[in-house]
Amino acid sequence: MNIAPYISLFQTSLELGLISSLTVLALFLSYSMLNVCDLSTDGCFTLGAAVGAVVALMGHPFLSIPAAMLAGVISGFVTGFLQTKMGIDSLLSGIIVNTGLYSINIAVMGNSSLLNLNKTETIFTLYKDAAEGTALEGKTDLIIILLAVAAVIIILSLFLSTRLGLAIRATGNNPDMVRSSSINPVFTTLTGLCIANAFTALSGCMLAEMQKSVNIDIGTGMVTMALASLLIGRAFMGKGRIPVRAVGAVLGAIIFRIVYALALRCDMPAYMLKLISSVIVIIAISGPYLKSRVPDIKRRLEAGKVRS
Amino acid sequence: MLMIENITKTFNPGTINSKVALSGLSLTVNDGDFITIIGANGAGKSTLFNAIRGKFITDSGRIVLDGEDITLKPDYIRAKNIGMLFQDPMLGTAPGMTIEENLALAAGRGGWLGRITKADREFFKERLSLLDMDLENRMDHPVGLLSGGQRQALTLMMATINKPKLLLLDEHTAALDPATAEKVLELTKTIVSENNITCLMVTHNMQSALDLGNRTIMMDGGNIIFDTRGEERSRLTVEDFLIKFREISGRKLDSDRMLLSD
Repeated sequence: MNIAPYISLFQTSLELGLISSLTVLALFLSYSMLNVCDLSTDGCFTLGAAVGAVVALMGHPFLSIPAAMLAGVISGFVTGFLQTKMGIDSLLSGIIVNTGLYSINIAVMGNSSLLNLNKTETIFTLYKDAAEGTALEGKTDLIIILLAVAAVIIILSLFLSTRLGLAIRATGNNPDMVRSSSINPVFTTLTGLCIANAFTALSGCMLAEMQKSVNIDIGTGMVTMALASLLIGRAFMGKGRIPVRAVGAVLGAIIFRIVYALALRCDMPAYMLKLISSVIVIIAISGPYLKSRVPDIKRRLEAGKVRS
Repeated sequence: MLMIENITKTFNPGTINSKVALSGLSLTVNDGDFITIIGANGAGKSTLFNAIRGKFITDSGRIVLDGEDITLKPDYIRAKNIGMLFQDPMLGTAPGMTIEENLALAAGRGGWLGRITKADREFFKERLSLLDMDLENRMDHPVGLLSGGQRQALTLMMATINKPKLLLLDEHTAALDPATAEKVLELTKTIVSENNITCLMVTHNMQSALDLGNRTIMMDGGNIIFDTRGEERSRLTVEDFLIKFREISGRKLDSDRMLLSD
């Protein structure tokens, strides 16, 4: 048996999993910590990809990263502002921003729904050339992504144990308690969403630069895929300390990608990806609920037997 | 010193559900006062507390705390100087976070990017040991695992960790079992008197309303109908209170609950 294709498949899954894990870490902050399901994630991912690509096309491969993240911060701020200051429900404000971002993303890409980066210098191509002929040849993409993920995990873990980080966690837990600690929950919600969306945009930017193209659909379904990964990670790592849970989120993203790649090998059509992620989210969220209902259902069934 | 001047609040004004919750209430609380507040359901006791802590802004009138006009200040700004405990022990703490993390948020030391230091931990430990509930050895446990009484005691600790200018207690022992309620009340008395904290406490227990503190006010229809302190108060019995209420309000107080409840 030839295992070479499996190794390259594994490496690709690892790279894609690690890139999407940045979005999973964003949801770890907004969904698990702040208790806000940020439905602007899809649009923000595409925004990061579009802004990153456009800045790279202008000849600034390094600047593309902070530029994409800044765009994410702005997007997160708008989502947060709508739900804290404008009286719009948090789910709805995410959907509204997501819809608006579709137009903005096409505008950013210069009235086009597709950008090609084949001949453009990006952070990945810069190091690919430098590593040519050395032992790292062919591994630079993976190393760059690993560094980015490690940086985000460390920053997130450190941040969540600061006073501001604690306040953000408490906002998702009991906003009244945050107010009685003389902290404005509007401030913590906005800060949390800005940081989370910066990570989402970073994720989109890195995917665009690695696959050397952006299209307007690059972010479609990201929120569900990231949620699925988050919940897979939780199943593996439980509800331990923050750094452990953050690593769990990344592992979840990688496992998701590997399982998906294997399914493709077994002739599953590629378009099934999104259905699979939906089913995983359904099982992960409703599973514990259904499990808690089992005793009641059993009881009713038994009572029915006795009566008949 | 807390000065409340002629505050009013009407809920759902102009509708069929319109309710006058506070009708021109004025009250001056001196530093170090421990005032107990009694009154029937719907008398406006909790509404008065919510007006003071800024859950809503009053329709008219003025609230001045220690010389600072807080009438229009948002709740989280007022919280710097006002601590509050509710009947529901779940309201004051974040269940998914550890005891230490809850205390750190309440203490609010260091800047936004500051972290819990060793000195903070020692300080929290020392304070928690006062509760005598062994919480000082469980500082890394999530608060959600604690009992109602432990959570209420922790909330009391959090509300007073930086001495507040005013402590509001809204039947904070009513949801606890009698033994635990007794313990939390003892803790309250100790902490309030040792730190000389100015305190308002709503209670449904008329006996403890008379036993505790230095002044008692009775509320009805969104206003204060009776205010007693000093020698007059020390001579009053629960019976006298019930009679007083009937005289002033022209109604009979729902006395069963008040006499029987803890």
